[in-house]
Amino acid sequence: MDRNDWARAAMNFDLSDEQKMLGEQARALLSDLSSFDRLRVLIDSGAEWDEPLWRALADMGFLGAAIPEAYGGLGLGALDLGVIMEALGAANAAVPFMSSIVLGAEAIRLAGSEAQKAAWLPKLASGEAVATFAYAEGPGPVFATGVTLEGGRLNGSKSPVADAGIADVAVVLVAGGGFALVELGQPGVARTRLDSFDQLRAHYRLDFAEAAAEAMPGAGKLDRLIDQAAVQAAFEAAGAAEACLKMARDYAMERQMFGRPLAGYQAIKHKLADVAVATELARSNAYYGGWAAESSPDDLPAAAAAARLSGIKCLEMAARENLQVHGGIGYTFEANCHFYYRRERMLAVHLGNRGFWADRLLNAQPGSQGKAA
Amino acid sequence: MDFNDSPAEAAFRAEARDWLAAHAPAHELAAGTKMPDTEEADRGRAWMRELYAGGWSGLTFPKALGGRGLSGPEAVIFAEEEGKYHLPKGPFTSIGTGMALPVIAKHGTEAQKQRFIEPTLKGDITWCQLFSEPAAGSDLAALRTKAVRADDGSGDWIVNGQKVWSSWAHLTDWGILVVRTDPALPKHKGLTFFVVDMKTPGIETRPIRQISGASEFNETFLTDVRIPDANRLGAEGEGWACCMTVLMGERLGSGAHRSGVEPLIDYAAATPDGQGGTMLDDRAIRQQLAEALAEEQGERFFQARLRTMVSKGENPGALAGMVKLAYASRYQKTNGLALELRGLAGIAPEAGDTATGDVQYDYIYSTVMRIAGGADEVLRNQIAERVLGMPGEVRMDKDVPFESLKG
Ligand SMILES: Cc1cc2nc3c(=O)[nH]c(=O)nc-3n(C[C@H](O)[C@H](O)[C@H](O)COP(=O)(O)OP(=O)(O)OC[C@H]3O[C@@H](n4cnc5c(N)ncnc54)[C@H](O)[C@@H]3O)c2cc1C
Repeated sequence: MDRNDWARAAMNFDLSDEQKMLGEQARALLSDLSSFDRLRVLIDSGAEWDEPLWRALADMGFLGAAIPEAYGGLGLGALDLGVIMEALGAANAAVPFMSSIVLGAEAIRLAGSEAQKAAWLPKLASGEAVATFAYAEGPGPVFATGVTLEGGRLNGSKSPVADAGIADVAVVLVAGGGFALVELGQPGVARTRLDSFDQLRAHYRLDFAEAAAEAMPGAGKLDRLIDQAAVQAAFEAAGAAEACLKMARDYAMERQMFGRPLAGYQAIKHKLADVAVATELARSNAYYGGWAAESSPDDLPAAAAAARLSGIKCLEMAARENLQVHGGIGYTFEANCHFYYRRERMLAVHLGNRGFWADRLLNAQPGSQGKAA
Repeated sequence: MDFNDSPAEAAFRAEARDWLAAHAPAHELAAGTKMPDTEEADRGRAWMRELYAGGWSGLTFPKALGGRGLSGPEAVIFAEEEGKYHLPKGPFTSIGTGMALPVIAKHGTEAQKQRFIEPTLKGDITWCQLFSEPAAGSDLAALRTKAVRADDGSGDWIVNGQKVWSSWAHLTDWGILVVRTDPALPKHKGLTFFVVDMKTPGIETRPIRQISGASEFNETFLTDVRIPDANRLGAEGEGWACCMTVLMGERLGSGAHRSGVEPLIDYAAATPDGQGGTMLDDRAIRQQLAEALAEEQGERFFQARLRTMVSKGENPGALAGMVKLAYASRYQKTNGLALELRGLAGIAPEAGDTATGDVQYDYIYSTVMRIAGGADEVLRNQIAERVLGMPGEVRMDKDVPFESLKG
């Protein structure tokens, strides 16, 4: 959309009925299978993920939603994926959807050779295989390129890498900015589980020593990949924020304080009203990002960055204030606030933090070129 | 989700664009133009006349009443295209079209509709809103201005009291007025709604000097003002319902506007930082600009979602207040940042630097956005109660006869 046309707003800026239905199906499935009690069991057992839930998501076709039909998926778009992400965010589900579908499968679709796509996308769509995207290399730049691929051999380390313990294959960001495809179950790859702040999202250090890997032919796809993922992360954040808001509201309605419900006090009402506003702004930006990813690639960089910033902001407010509204009980393992409180920090820094996306947003504005960090 | 117009919408947009291109420039004001109120009002009227002559006034009002009888998204499309010009419209004319006409259309008699709608669309009648009083702002139903029937059997009403913050009351032709007609009833029940000719004897407007230096709002004193019963809107005692119609129109009308994060980025990119770079290299500034931009975009797309709801016949209700709540604070923050970015020149610009003058004005004006049309705190209450379903405020006065209330 050209800059002078900003005043122009869509006449039809809403999800389709099919998209709304898809979201409801995802929510229904998750509320059946991914209860908070289930999450506590997973944490106590040190599980890496909720494997039965993953199978159920696969059976419903959710994993293949945005994978092209030619590779066993449904060939739907970014907004369809978005409503699923929103539901996963609301449930705080312990599944590698971001790693395997939003990042891994999409990286292969964008940058893979025909053979790589044919080998992996059908398996990712069916849930038979799990993928991840390895980009960080410890403190410092989030998208780091110290790992080398030479003569089909991969060397160096990536850390932390989400879901690498269960992933069969990783797309690795390498020196020069390209991607390498590496199978993780081989002797050249050492996987070390890290102490993950989000107990429902296992992270690993990956050390590659002469690991067999294939170059992916598509060059220069990193920006597109992470812009699309940022939009999906915004959907996830909006879903999680909405769940926090609802949890806080429900608790405040029940809890009696000085003779009336806690929800009757303005300090609480106003806090939650502000969270509601931030959540709607984030959701609106995510919708636009989804639309841009599908229909207007030129608008995607700015749309994705705005969605990402709004997503971080709304979930930060929502997760913190949810715990606050619960008071002491909010600090217990029995109450459910901690799931979102931990995940929020994870979601706020994966894919690059606020400063990173602020730069990208400004760099996507006409008139501010050449200023990067 | 589709950002493209349908063929019919595209045709309408093209028609609107062409017409505006031919007619709007002659009425446009240069940025930073300051002029006396009377001149601004004259220019507002002239633009209304032009709109009417071209068939662009009252797009959603029935043809029989002088409008264009459209029911789809055309009004939104036209507003978007019109918004690209800096036209002398503003509150002077929008109180008429956005607040008085909807209440007349909904609660008025056939005769009242005939009498007021077309002349307002033509720019022949302008309006002010006589709601707020010194002790009745957010708590509008606490108003004390009272009306009693004249004792001459004419059925006329005699009004006494005081209104305040009445924008443009000194320059407009008619006012929408809410008064108390039965103090023995609880406060929301004893109110009645009128339209009043501002030239009626007994009405006196006194300008109030504002912090911006302008004085577009007034105190309005009403002393034995006689209003014919034919100017009552809705039934006696039903004034609150009329007020709600007006306030809903005000809420939907005040949404996200462009408020200049992009120009601010351009400004920062063009201003040297004294260390070989520009102000846009500063991390803290980048962060603030980016967050403001993301918020601005979120407001705009949220507004688009609300418009989509309206175009499908759904009523967004209290959701509409969310955009205004977000926008008002962000507008204030953005203009504060704009002044800060200019360094000392922001507080004392060189003569002729109208851009900075505009920002200074906007920073002052931004305070209004957080008060008028529902103050921040009142909007938060509404969102909590109507969107989130939280309990209403404790009200000591709801069922008590108004005359028994203290204060
Ligand atoms: C530029 C301008 C133009 C205006 N034009 C018009 C006009 O043309 N016609 C007209 O009738 N009026 C007009 N108004 C008045 C406007 O509608 C009122 O200012 C507004 O409704 C707020 O009322 P108040 O000023 O009396 O503030 P108050 O209602 O006294 O509010 C003071 C503070 O208390 C807060 N507050 C109020 N109730 C609560 C609560 N329950 N809980 C917590 N906090 C609360 C408010 O949010 C605010 O922060 C105008 C105002 C301005 C600034």
